[in-house]
Amino acid sequence: MGTTLQSLRIGRGYGGVIRPVRPLRLQGSDTSWALAFLLPYAAVFAAFVVYPVCFGLWMGSDPALYGTLLSDPRYVSTAVNTLLFVAIGVNVKMFLAFLLSGFFMSRSWWVRTLLAVFLLPWALPSLTVFVSIHYMLVTQYGLLDSLWRAVTGNDGPLFLVSQPIAMTANILSYIWKWLPFWTLIFIAARMAIPQDIYEAAEIDGATGWRRLAHVTFPLMANVYLVSTLLSTVWTLGDFPTVYFVSSGAPARLTDVLATYGFHEAFDFGYPNLGVAAMMSALPLLIPSVILLMRRIRLTGVQL
Amino acid sequence: MVRRPRPRRPWLLKRLAGIALGILLLVWTLLPVYNMMLIALSEDGDEFTGAIWPTDWNWESFHVIWTEGYWYLDHFWHQFGNSIYMGVMTMLLTVLIGSLASFSLGRMRLRHCWIVGDMALLTYILPSAFLVIPFVHLMRVYGMSDSLWSVIAAQVTFATPYAILILHQYGKLIPLELDESAKVDGAAPLQVYWRIYLPLMAPALAAVGVYALLLAWNEYLYQHLLISSPGNTTVAVAIDQFFDSDEAPWNYMMAVAIVYSLPPVAIYFGLRRYMIAGLTMGGVKG
Repeated sequence: MGTTLQSLRIGRGYGGVIRPVRPLRLQGSDTSWALAFLLPYAAVFAAFVVYPVCFGLWMGSDPALYGTLLSDPRYVSTAVNTLLFVAIGVNVKMFLAFLLSGFFMSRSWWVRTLLAVFLLPWALPSLTVFVSIHYMLVTQYGLLDSLWRAVTGNDGPLFLVSQPIAMTANILSYIWKWLPFWTLIFIAARMAIPQDIYEAAEIDGATGWRRLAHVTFPLMANVYLVSTLLSTVWTLGDFPTVYFVSSGAPARLTDVLATYGFHEAFDFGYPNLGVAAMMSALPLLIPSVILLMRRIRLTGVQL
Repeated sequence: MVRRPRPRRPWLLKRLAGIALGILLLVWTLLPVYNMMLIALSEDGDEFTGAIWPTDWNWESFHVIWTEGYWYLDHFWHQFGNSIYMGVMTMLLTVLIGSLASFSLGRMRLRHCWIVGDMALLTYILPSAFLVIPFVHLMRVYGMSDSLWSVIAAQVTFATPYAILILHQYGKLIPLELDESAKVDGAAPLQVYWRIYLPLMAPALAAVGVYALLLAWNEYLYQHLLISSPGNTTVAVAIDQFFDSDEAPWNYMMAVAIVYSLPPVAIYFGLRRYMIAGLTMGGVKG
């Protein structure tokens, strides 16, 4: 495919996502215009990205903070929760999105209508839907318990009293909110696959499951990888899901890094400790970001 | 030729499985939305009685919102206006700053401009929650705390990178010869930007604008931390105050949540084409 050949030619040393179109020939006044056009963004970037990043690094630079963190059993459970949340949440979501994108490729009217409804969580504010899910779980009379009672006749479990159930609820809510977006991404990727490849595969006898495994998936592997990496980075910093759905219940045992840092900084008044908690994601964050940037540059996947 | 009835059965099975999956997805998607309606339509004190269907169809909570008839809702429509102001300002600034930057990056061929592209990509990748603690301190340094503009600044910061990437991608479709011929006719760069670039970029600008508007409207963390006084709060913060209070009427809270969710839903159903185009035009393409 064209993009692959191009990327081989470009190699890995060169440039970023934005490549100069032609040899540069700017006259003096044009250069100042070009700089002037970039100025607003540069100002925003310097004032609201560079400054807070540097400030944050400085806040979390004291090694003693990390000793404090590690001696806090709540931090340890938070770190484990974050790993579970990211590993299970992202991978299950991506795999389901990949499968569902195949289902939604159907042209029939009811599947298209269903897609319009299915994408709704993507447009809804996470605040309201997660609060709603919270009230489905809390007390013995939330909607889920009522449904449980209607089906089985017994009282339902107290969802937010058990740590594993509360954590599962967080992960499922996260999947509920973000599955539509990634399904849409995969639908777009599937639509970009030329139809004649499928026709050729069919002549060679690849249909059904084999077509999925040997034609569709290899062609989408790159998009799948980039999407998974991107989603991993974003999910490491996910705040609203846990903050609203389980609210850390029971007893702050379902916190993730973002909510832990938030509570340390704004409820207990240790902003440096909060920053340190979030910075403890860096060993996972930095390799993912480097891999992602390299991947995007090498293969020309556009985000 | 012998007629074989076999091939029909897998077809039927497949269709049935498809319909079952469809119903499952529908229930899965709508359950939390249905729960919002269920609670909003209950009477206060009756929210959690174990009912599966709304029993009394009580529209009182929406009426209370309309008349601001509860002390938590004293400033509701003012807050709603604040939310709109914040969303629209974020949209306009994102489109302006993003289009200026993408024009410079894509069409003026500055040396080392790829650095800016990488910066934008890096900001796009970074989870915004990781920056929130220093950001709150920063706003005190800038003297912008407790002002809507501090929130707008945050939203613009996190919306512009995506805008630049999408606009740059879309801008490649517009031939550079157009700019050059305009230059030969004596147009200054600003005129090329205003008269040629912006009109031709309209679909991408719409996509980016909708993206920024929804990002700002749906974001919660920065609004919650950066504004505190009642006159400056947005609806998101108002809902959060309900959530934090123990005795607040949940039916009012859910009614507020529904009213707050209506604009994004309306935008989604009205401008879905632009939203999806925004994904696919820059979208992840292999």
